[in-house]
Order: sequence, then C-alpha cells, then structure tokens
Amino acid sequence: MGMTMVEKILARATGQAAVKAGDVVEPKVDLAMSHENGALVLNQFLEIYKDTGLEARIWDASRVAIIFDHRVPAESSKTATNQKKVREFVGKQGITKFHDIRGDEGGICHQILPENGYVRPGCVVVGTDSHTTSHGALGAFSFGIGATEMASVWALGVVLNVEVPGTIKVVVNGQLPPNVFPKDLILYLIGKISAEGANFKVIEFHGPAIHAMSTSGRLTICNMAVEAGATSGIVPPDAETLRYLKEEAGVSEDVQVFGPDEDALYDQVVEIDAAMLEPQIACPHTVDNVKPVGEIAGTSVQQVVIGSCTNGRLDDIEIAARILQGHKVAKGVRMLVFPASSRIYSQAMKLGYLATLMEAGAVVMNSGCGPCLGVHQGALADGDVGLATTNRNFKGRMGNPNAEVYLCSPAVAAASALTGVITDPREGGKNA
Amino acid sequence: MPEVVLKLGDDVSTDIIYPGRFMATVLPSETPQYAFADMTEFNARLRKKEIPAGSIIVAGKNFGCGSSREQAASCLKGPNLVVVAKHFARIFLQNSINLGFNTIICPDLEADEGDELDVIDGKLVNLTREKSFEIVPLPKARQAIIDAGGLIPYTRHLLLQTDK
Repeated sequence: MGMTMVEKILARATGQAAVKAGDVVEPKVDLAMSHENGALVLNQFLEIYKDTGLEARIWDASRVAIIFDHRVPAESSKTATNQKKVREFVGKQGITKFHDIRGDEGGICHQILPENGYVRPGCVVVGTDSHTTSHGALGAFSFGIGATEMASVWALGVVLNVEVPGTIKVVVNGQLPPNVFPKDLILYLIGKISAEGANFKVIEFHGPAIHAMSTSGRLTICNMAVEAGATSGIVPPDAETLRYLKEEAGVSEDVQVFGPDEDALYDQVVEIDAAMLEPQIACPHTVDNVKPVGEIAGTSVQQVVIGSCTNGRLDDIEIAARILQGHKVAKGVRMLVFPASSRIYSQAMKLGYLATLMEAGAVVMNSGCGPCLGVHQGALADGDVGLATTNRNFKGRMGNPNAEVYLCSPAVAAASALTGVITDPREGGKNA
Repeated sequence: MPEVVLKLGDDVSTDIIYPGRFMATVLPSETPQYAFADMTEFNARLRKKEIPAGSIIVAGKNFGCGSSREQAASCLKGPNLVVVAKHFARIFLQNSINLGFNTIICPDLEADEGDELDVIDGKLVNLTREKSFEIVPLPKARQAIIDAGGLIPYTRHLLLQTDK
C-alpha cells in the first residue's frame, strides 16, 4: 500500500522505508519554532536539566527559530522582561534564526518562516503555536506543540512518541469565482466537517483549485486546518512551491520534492466544487459556525481587522486597497490593518497600498499578531461586533467576552468597512 | 468522593480556559489565578481556594480546542482539578499528559454539578446516580510519558541514559 504525504515525510524523518497511520515514531526535527512563549519553553528546558550535572544546550541551534510577534512592541513590563530573557538565551545558545522587534526583518512567525526560506518541502517542523499548521503550504509536515514538548525537542532533537496521523484528502475541483478567496474555501470546509472533524488527522489538499492557488493562499488554508482540529494541513509541493522558494524565499539551492503515492490510503475523501463557492463568514463564537455572507449581510460592525498569519500578506492588503481606493471607511468603524511581516509592510508601502488604506481612514499598525489574540492593539468594547480576517472567533478572543467576532476574507472585511455593515463584496463593495 | 464542580458544553476553547490577555504569565506556579478568568464566579471560588483538590470539571466534545498555550493545562493542574470530557483537542491533551495533569476521556458520561464520581475498576462511576461509564484509554503512544509522571522527568531520564 502506498503512503500519504505525512507518512512519506515521517518515514524519511525516522530512516524507515515505510510507516503507516497509527505507527508510533520519533521523527527528527528539521525546524523548531517558538515566539514569546519561548520564555516558558526556556523555563521547562532548564527544568529538564535541573540536578543532572549536564549543561543545558540546544541539540542544534541552527534548527531553532525564535520570532517575537504575539505582543510587539511589548504591552507590559512582564512581556518585555520575558522577551529580554529569551533574547539573552538566544545569544548564549547561538540561535541565528532569531527575529526581534524590528522594522526590517520582524513579523509574524508563520510569515517569517516561509519568506526566509526556513521551511522546505518534506521537512518536519514543530512550533509552540497552534497555527504552525501553516507551513504545510510548502509541503512540510508542520504541527503545533506545547512548551514542555518543545523543551524536550530542544534537548533531544526529536519529537517523542508521535502517532502517525491518518489523512483526510480534500479535493477542490474547478476554480474559485471572482471575489471568492482561499479564506472562503477553508471557512466552507471547516463549516462542512466541523471544528473537530479532522481531530488528530492531517488534511491533504488536492485538485485544480489548489494547484492554481498561490503559496499565500495555501498558507491561508493550511493555517486554518487546525480550526477543524487537524494536526496539520499539507499541500503536495509543485511548480508554484518551487517558484515561491526561489523567487520569494531566496532559496538558491536545488529543492527535492515528492507527493503522496497514487495508491495512498486515506481515512476520508472530501470533494468540493470551487465554482459553487460564495463568500463565507464564521459567526460567533465557533469557527465552524459558517454561513454564506449574504445570510447575515447588514449586521452592523464597529471594528474591522485585516491582518494576521491567516490573511496579512501582500495579496490580502492589495485586495483591501483596491476596494477602499477613493472611498472612506464608514463613520463609527475602526479599521485596523496589520501587515504580516516587515517585508510585506515595506512592499505594501512602496506599492502605495498603505497610503490608499490610510487615506480611506484605516489605521496601519506595525507587523505582528495585533488584536487577533486579545492582548493589545485593538480590544473590542462591550457589545461591539468585530469583523476580522484572522482565524479565531472564540468568546473573549479579541480581548472581551462581551463582544462578538466574525471571520471573513479581506474582500468581505474591506467591503464591510466602507458600509459599516457586513457586506457581500460581490454586491456592495463599491470598487469590488 | 470527588464532586463535579463545573459542567461545560462542547468546544470549550483555550480562550475560555485561559484568556489570551494573561499569556504574559507563563510559570505554572502563577497561572492558576487566571483559570476561567472570564467565568468570574468560578474563578473567584478557585482563587478563594473553595474548591477541593481532585474536584471534577465535566465537558463535552473537543475540550481545549484552539491555542497551544500550555497555561490552559497548567492553570488547572495547579488547583489539582480533573477534567472529564467526551474527547479532547490534540494539543491540549498532549500538554496535559506532558505536565502530568489528570484528564479522563469518557464519551457517554451522564453527570451534573454536585454529582460524586470515582474511578472504580477502570470505569468512571457516577456514585450519585449509581451508573458506570466506559473510559477511553489515553493514547498508547504516550504511555511511557504518563508512567514517568510527565515529559520533563521522561526527557531527563533519556538524557541521562544517553550520557552514560
């Protein structure tokens, strides 16, 4: 029997000819990423070595990446002090893939990793962030772990006792219609299979719509695979993957790619006709509470957020700028834009997108996670409705349990910012 | 016998268990004060130490979905609570095992707040209702970590073995 993508990757990472779903393996880690919660990883790492007489040393500092993004610049002295501790540890251990709070190379971890060529097809990537699933967009097996698990990885260079996950094959036939985006596709899929529909499994994406999708769009769909409970999302690498690595990630050496076997065994196959999709929206307070936008069009919004590891890339900002060009954000609406990385920020500035957004009334914030996780920069008021291109709408997510968050594509967000109510970009988006 | 002190529904996210705005607090010794911070009444009882060790939270499907934040497990381990759920989200379950936090998977449990539960002969028994329910074993792959009392002692053991 043939192997799925994840089975092939885990066979290679464990030096075996073949593995199958359910096997227990201990794969070597190619890249281990943390953000500010590196402070907790560090605490647990030192705990492992306590009273052992051994020196606490990372197994391979070149394979560790630390990116500050969750609370940048620091919102409190506590965060600043945690960041300082991690910064000192990075220096001591010689970690080079370190992205501090900077306007030239900083940004959100799930954008920094791909754009710097840190992730390659066929790699095993772990991160102390649930949206580490993103990097499956480049054909890696990439999954989120907790801080103690990462401390163990730092010490040993392997993930212990991993059960090879089964795979759900999602085939997306046809092509996405105008004003329907990868975000709409992944929201539709999560609504269809539910927030636990892929629990402990990998979602492998196939079909013409995936093949035609940019790496940016693939990052969006793999990013949100976790919202269906998936261990990871993964797109078999193709010509677009190689183009991205060479042209956008600065990878000059040859990259080997492989796909799943033709006769791989899948737990389930889901087929979607892309041409039938409409703009989607996830309603409060679960990500699988998904409806076509039209069903709730007209709902009043007070804050619109464009950004995050899900939809803060150049194409996302371009869509928003195109819709806002020459118009004004509605009175009573606060529109916040967070480019996913400093590089994207700079590109969007040079292309004039940021000026367009600001002239329309949007506030352009520094690169980072921003208000997505409800720590700082844009908390919602009691009774507010937030509309965001982010990935979670759980109660309390944007800093206030007495507010509501809806999730959508950048086109829906931008069109709604102009009208002040949830708006289908195919109808009321002015320039849409 | 341990009592059910809180009954919750499906898809309880880590934003409910440990809201993001407290994520700058990382140490397991400090996280319990923010457990269920937005459920102010329950949080107040926890802070006042009115809830005895071993008390049980009963939840539905997909408990702990969302963020990988380990605070969501450490904040419940601090006051020695036990979570019984129909099933758990992957990262939360692994974090719990790694920290030696007690979780029980029991898909068919019938229990309300105030009921007394106990594990007897490998089954979860609702003593108040005099009914017993099957427990789904934790992932076999993780048994060695569970037996070691968590991932820190287990990894330490492996390092010392290699060093010999």
